[in-house]
Parts: sequence; structure tokens; C-alpha cells
Amino acid sequence: MNYTPIIGLEVHVQLLTKTKIFCGCPNKFNPEHPNTQTCPVCLGMPGSLPVMNEEAFRLSLITALALNCEIAPFTKWDRKQYYYPDLPKGYQISQYDLPFSHSGWLEATTAEGDLRKVRIRRAHLEEDAGKNIHDESGRGGDSQVDLNRAGTPLLEIVTEPDIRSAVESKSFLEELYLLLTFIGVSDCNMQEGSLRCDANVNLKFDDGIATPIVEVKNLNTFRGVEAAVDFEIQRQLDEFQKTGRKLGDPGVEKETRGWDAQRNITLAQRGKEEAADYRYFPDPDLLPVTVSAHVVAEIKSHLCEPPSQRKRRFQKEMALSEYDADVIVNRGREFADYFELVASTCDDAKQAANWVTQDVLREMNDRRLNVEEFPIGAEVLGTVLKRVSEKTITIKSAREVFVALLEDADEDREVTVSRVDHLIDDRGLKVVSDTGALDAAIAAAVAESPKAVEDFNAGKQQAVGAIIGKVMKQVRGADPKQVREQIIAHLSGN
Amino acid sequence: MSLAELTVTELIDRLVNGTTTNVEIVKAVLERIREVEGAVNAFITVRPEDELLAEAKAYDDKRQAGEAIGPLQGLPIAIKDSICTKGLLTTAASKMLGEFVPPFDATVIARIRQADGILLGKTNTDEFSMGSTTENSAFGVTRNPRNLDYVPGGSSGGSAAAVAAGEAPIALGADTGGSVRQPAAYCGIVGLKPTYGRISRFGLIAYASSLDQIGVCSRDVADAFLMLSVIAGHDPHDSTSLGTPVPTFPKKADSASLRVGVPDEYFGAGLDDEVRAAIQRTLDLMKGQGHTVVPISLPNSKYSLPTYYIIATAEASSNLARYDGVQYGHRTSQPGGLIDMVTNSRTEAFGDEVKRRIMLGNYVLSGGYHDQYYLKACKVRRLIADDFSRAFEQCDVIVHPIAPSAAFRLGEKTGDPLTMYLTDIYSVTANLAGLPALTLPCGTTKDGLPIGVQVVAATEQEETLCRASLAIEKLLREE
Ligand SMILES: [Zn+2]
Repeated sequence: MNYTPIIGLEVHVQLLTKTKIFCGCPNKFNPEHPNTQTCPVCLGMPGSLPVMNEEAFRLSLITALALNCEIAPFTKWDRKQYYYPDLPKGYQISQYDLPFSHSGWLEATTAEGDLRKVRIRRAHLEEDAGKNIHDESGRGGDSQVDLNRAGTPLLEIVTEPDIRSAVESKSFLEELYLLLTFIGVSDCNMQEGSLRCDANVNLKFDDGIATPIVEVKNLNTFRGVEAAVDFEIQRQLDEFQKTGRKLGDPGVEKETRGWDAQRNITLAQRGKEEAADYRYFPDPDLLPVTVSAHVVAEIKSHLCEPPSQRKRRFQKEMALSEYDADVIVNRGREFADYFELVASTCDDAKQAANWVTQDVLREMNDRRLNVEEFPIGAEVLGTVLKRVSEKTITIKSAREVFVALLEDADEDREVTVSRVDHLIDDRGLKVVSDTGALDAAIAAAVAESPKAVEDFNAGKQQAVGAIIGKVMKQVRGADPKQVREQIIAHLSGN
Repeated sequence: MSLAELTVTELIDRLVNGTTTNVEIVKAVLERIREVEGAVNAFITVRPEDELLAEAKAYDDKRQAGEAIGPLQGLPIAIKDSICTKGLLTTAASKMLGEFVPPFDATVIARIRQADGILLGKTNTDEFSMGSTTENSAFGVTRNPRNLDYVPGGSSGGSAAAVAAGEAPIALGADTGGSVRQPAAYCGIVGLKPTYGRISRFGLIAYASSLDQIGVCSRDVADAFLMLSVIAGHDPHDSTSLGTPVPTFPKKADSASLRVGVPDEYFGAGLDDEVRAAIQRTLDLMKGQGHTVVPISLPNSKYSLPTYYIIATAEASSNLARYDGVQYGHRTSQPGGLIDMVTNSRTEAFGDEVKRRIMLGNYVLSGGYHDQYYLKACKVRRLIADDFSRAFEQCDVIVHPIAPSAAFRLGEKTGDPLTMYLTDIYSVTANLAGLPALTLPCGTTKDGLPIGVQVVAATEQEETLCRASLAIEKLLREE
């Protein structure tokens, strides 16, 4: 029977604030020095009280608006209560029934290559827990708790179950990653846990019957999301064919499974979290937050162009290929900005795209630099390319200037726009349109190369190479192709 | 009269005019502690004598040298043991925190230090402030200095008893459902609980966060407001602290007449006749002085007790979840797995009343009961507060009893939690509505036990509360 996978994602994003969400401790990944970024508040000491970090709330508003969400005019903080050693207060400060935002969307690419608006059900702000560190030697050593992470501002983004395939799940997460890094609210470093994903997966058959919903946890890479959803779809199909267990059957509850990235399987997790009663209630230590329409409008007016829109504009207005637009935008906002400045400086988007996606990216990778650190600024590179489009220099000369500019940087010389023209002059790279000078140089080179002339006359065409070399040394801005043609004409007696 | 029995204002006068010294005062207080503490047990911790005398001497030297000294003038101050003091044992009278030494000062402690007060010691309380008699302490019961067979009230019974017994000129308590005012009344002193948010809660070990408010136990009204002006005011570390400026308080009664609201509902069945008579006499004195007595109605106050016990226990169950034996506090010697470790640590270290309230609180917040109990209580709380707002359109202050009776005998109600909870019936409304309230002694029973009268003002109207209390105090003294 035909089936459709029904997939919803829950994504946790750590926000890039200077300090934690309810205290003044630094918000920094620092597992090497456990429990050094703590204070009575994030340790949950008796008598300590939380105070909301305005910056965390502002970054949350920016994110929700970039996700096309509605902002609630009134929101509050709730305590989600459960015991775990990494949760110092015995409750997590979160948002339950009045999240600060809801009803948004983000586009993902379907398995068929179409765009789908995946609806965002809600986004709410909460505090991250610490980290339990278990002895993995198998010798049964003590477990330890690192509370450096406790109190990191964490945004939970919950989609509607609108996603229909593993590929689409991955695409959604990639789009989200790109958006979050574009707007600068998170570094989304998945190794460090700044972006974490859980997936709710089940299958719906054409006759309306559905398999039980499974929440797959620990999806901490893009590939992991795709592989886990794929695995879970197949597993549920097999399971259903074996047992016939379906959603709504008595005793069928939501199951939690963990993704084992080593073995590429999902495993049932012990401990029924569904059975937990979190006993939510409003946190009496914090005031509710009201958000005015004015604040929402102000933030909206400063939102940057979202990456998906930027890609479309690059294709539509700048005639870039989909591939180039993807490469440029996927490198991040700064890179896209760099490209746009190069393009507008040289007034040739296609040429700019070629250079930034090839030469610039290659050098950035070789030198392990990000674009802000790249020594040739966008206006400098734009000027080099402008000289090409003006036909002042050839593309080959442009490459020489590019290399020379990098050498300048390596030797700590300033790389400026005026340096570009100096290099062109110093190295005689200007395209020579003065035929008199070229004719003279050819005549001189021919006169200096009797052996080559002899060989040429004996039918060895490649003998011209030596003469071309001599001419090019004299007239550096000359076009080698043109030089070659003129030499042959000269030798052939024309 | 011994230095140990003078008010803060009197002590400051003597210090400033040079007729006594800080060393003499500390010595007198320590002498009194040596005399009575064995019987009263007001303190869990008294700081070492040499430290106290050294600090006192430093203030004497400063004064001698003509240096400015802050408003507390180097006087010793007793602190309820649920308020965190950096480097000084802070137990909340629980075995759970039996060895807990906070790495930080509560905001009120920082302000007391800033104002040149000396921390004398930490006073006994019901465990985590849960109780009305100071009988639920892991460090033994406190006895009422007026009659050692009687309870001092609670939960700030240690602070009230210390001030009443001359073991401290003034003390800080904390009031969640009457925990400063009721023991003050039982011990025959003044107890002040300001508007919710007037004093920072940062560093106060939470019982019920939306009700908790630090307060003052003192020998007279002026002292209570002197201390309030030191410790009150906005604190960026407490989101619920008020942003409005602290008023300046009058030090002496004036002749302005007041409209005194008297709620019929607070004088019904269950009120002890002697208490009723003492309050009535106070009201008569006020009338005689030209104040107007206005009958008012607070109809929803009849729901105050269940409302209070639902909200307080709900918040308490959550506030006490942090005591899991993981990071600080008592950890069982039988940890086993995680669940056993948490369960055994809590089972071993919490007393019965604390366990009872944690269970009640978890029950009223649990799935299926949340709306029926917790949510409903929150709605009734609003109705109770609205009653007060309406009443204050007709009057400046409200006067009513603080408790249905004077102090009762130790052990008299420990076997019956429900009867015990009923003693809070007149005190919890000020917490539910967040209003400033004060009790002061207005008589004694035929057995010689103090009777307190309670004065309540509208939110943030501590200045009015101060004026009314000073006026009543003057009338009762002149009687
Ligand atoms: Zn912290």
C-alpha cells in the first residue's frame, strides 16, 4: 500500500549572546574547564533569582520574525519540572502555553526539487541544561556534571508535521541553518551542540491508517537527520507489516528513540518520557514580557534579506546560474556581501561570480581564512575585474595582479584599489593597442632569432613559440594570440 | 534598663551622644544571650564573640575618630536563617542545608553591611519557613520568651523571640503567610512586612516566591521603618522587586486623622474573645482620637486559607526541587542509582511538614488537578486582592487581628496540621494581595500573653502604614 511519511522537526538553537539567559555568566562553549562559567544563579543555589537577558529575547524576536512568525504581545515564563543531575534547580525555565511567537514558515526543497513552505508551529525561549559526563571506560567511574552550559539561551523551534521525506528534512534543517547564520543569532556549530534536532516521524497509508509516532532524538548533523528519518521510515514500515500496530490502538503511545550515528540505526530509549508530568506553572521569579507592535516593526525593518530570497535575486537580477547562487549564498552572508560588492564594482556579475567561486574560494580554503580575513577586499578585486571588462588588461594579467596582490598581503604591504593600477603599470600589463610598438618588437625578435626563423620556414610551426616569448617580454600587455598571428604573418612575408 | 532592652533609636542616640559604645552594646546582648538562650533557643548560629567585639570596637574607633558611620551605627542585627550570608552557615533550619555556607550575600545583607550593621547571628525558623510555631526546625524548637511553655509563633519565631528576649535589638525575618507578623504578635513586639517587591528577595531561600517578603521584627514602629529604609529599594538581581522609590518615613506620630477600615469578616466565629476585646479597645481609642472607623467588606477573604495553602505549596514543591543531593546539601549515604540518590537524600533530610507541603504542592500542580486547584487558587487570589483595592477607596488603613488567639502551648497543635493552618487565617491575605502590613502589641491576655493588632495599607503605601502604626502605638502607650 502507498504511504506518506509525516515528519515534524523540533530544533534547539543556542543563541549568540554575550551572557547566559538569566545571569551574567559568559555564554561560551568551554568543555575543557568544566564548571568555571557558573554563578549562584545558574548553579541554582538557594536564594538565587533569575533576571532575563534582554539581548537573548531580542535575538529570539529577530529569529521568529525571520521565520515569518507572529509575535505574541504578551508572553511569560514557566517552570518545566523534572529531576536530572544536569538541571540544577529541578526545573527548566521555559515557555509553555504562551510562547513568544507562533505560526511562521520556512521553505524547504522537496525530494522532487520543488519548494515547500514548512509551517512553524511555535518558537519559544528557554534555558539550556548542563551536561552529564559519564565514565565511558566501562570501569564504572563516577558520573560528573558540567554546568558551564546551564543557562545558555536556547530557542526551541517546532514545525508542523509538514515534511514528507528524509531529503526534505535535511533541506529544512540546512535552510534553517543558513537563515540563522545569516541573521547572526547563532553560530549553529553542530559539533558544539549549538544546533540540535529531534524528528517526529510516522507513516500515513492511503486508507488513512497511520503508524505510531516516534520521536527520534540526537540528530546532530545534516546527514544524521536524513539518515535517521530514512531509517525510521523503513523501520516503521517493516514493523507495521509485522505487527499491524497503528496510531490510536489501545496502549500505543508516542515512542522515543535515539539515533546511533555509529551504527546508523534508531534505538528505543529506556524511560518513558511521555509518562512524565512536568507540572508546568508560571515562574513567580520572573515577570511576564510584553512586546509592543512598535518593537516588532522596528526589528522587522532591520531584518536582512533572507538567504533563499537572495539566491533568487542573484539568479533573476544578476543572471547567475542556480549553482553559482547556491555556492555564494551557502557560504554565508559575509561571502554573499563580498560577491555583491565585487559585482557592483566591476559591473559584471558573471565575471565576479566566476572569480569569487573559484579563485577567491580556492585561496580562502588554502589559507584557511574566512572572507572577512581575506586580504583582497571586494572593492580591490572589483577594480581588477573592472580593468578586465574595460579591456585595460587581459584575464591572464588579472590573474597575475591577483597573485601579486596576495604577495603584497603576504609581505604586509597594503592591498588597496590604487595598488591595482600601480601593479598594472609597473608590470606593463596594459593591453597594447599601439600596433607600431608591436610591429617593431616583432621585427626585432625575428631578427634576433635566425634559428627559429629557419625552423619555421622548414615547416616547424611550433618554432614561433620562442619568438612569441621574446615579443611578450618586450610588450607585456600584448595579447599572445594576436602576437602569434602577427609573427606568422610577418614570417610568411605578408 | 539594660542596653539589651533598648530600641535601636534609643541605642543610636546613646552612641551618638557618647553615653555608650558599640562594645558595651554587643557585650550586653551577648550577656543576655548567655542568660536566656539555653531556654529560648532563638538562634541557630551566633557569631563568635571575638569577631563581634572586634567589629564593634572598629565602629567605636571610627566614631572616636570622627568618621561617618552608616545609619545602623554598628548595632548587632539578628538574621533569619533562611537569608543567605556569605561565609556564614545558612540552614533554613533544615538538615538538608545543615552544612550550607553560601558563597554570596543576600541583597538585604549587603545593604546591612553597607549601612554599618553587624551580623549578630542566624535565628531559628520552621524548616524552610514552613510552619507557624518554629516547632518544625531541625535545630530544636524556639520558646516564647514571655512564657517558655508557649510557642513564639513562626516561621520567624527565632527572630521575634530574640528581639523580645533582648538577645538582639532588631532582627530580619521573612513573611510568606504571616511569618514575621504572627510571631511578633505572639512575642509582644512589632512585625513589619512591606509591599511585595519592596525588599529584594535575592538571597532569601525561597518558600513560596510570589508570597515571600523579607520583614522586620523590632521593639517599636520607628525601628521597623528605620530598618526598612535601609534594606528596601529596587534590586536589579530580583525581577520582582519594585522600581518605585522608597518613601521617607515619619519618625513620630502626627495628629492627622485616618479613615480606618474594619472588615466584618475578620471578627467572626473562631476569634478569641480576649483578642476581640483588645482590638475593639484599640479601635475605640482611635475613634476617641478623632480617627474615623469605616466598616468595610472583604468577602473573598473567607477563601484565603485554601487559596494560600494551594499557591504556597505549589511554589514550594517547585522551589525545593533543587535539593536533590547532587550539588550541595545533604546527600544520602545510600545513593544507589540516580532515583534512589534523590529520593533517599530528600527522605532523610526533609522534616514531615516540608514533605507534607511538597506532596500537597505536587498534587495541586499535577496533570488533571492543575486547573481545578492551582489555576482556581490564582483566580481567587485576584478576587481577594480586588476586594482590598475596593476597600482602600474608602479607607487609609485596615485594622484587624493578626491571629485568632494569642500564643498557644508548645506541642498543642503539632498533631493536627489543619488546626495549625487555621492560625494563619488573618495573616495570609496581606501576602496574597501583596500588601504592606504591620502588627504591634495592643494588650495581653489574662495569662499574660501578648495580643497583636494588625494594620494593613494599600500597595506601596508604607508611609501611610507607618503614620497609622505610629499613631496607634502612641495611643496604646498613653493609655
Ligand atoms: Zn551564572
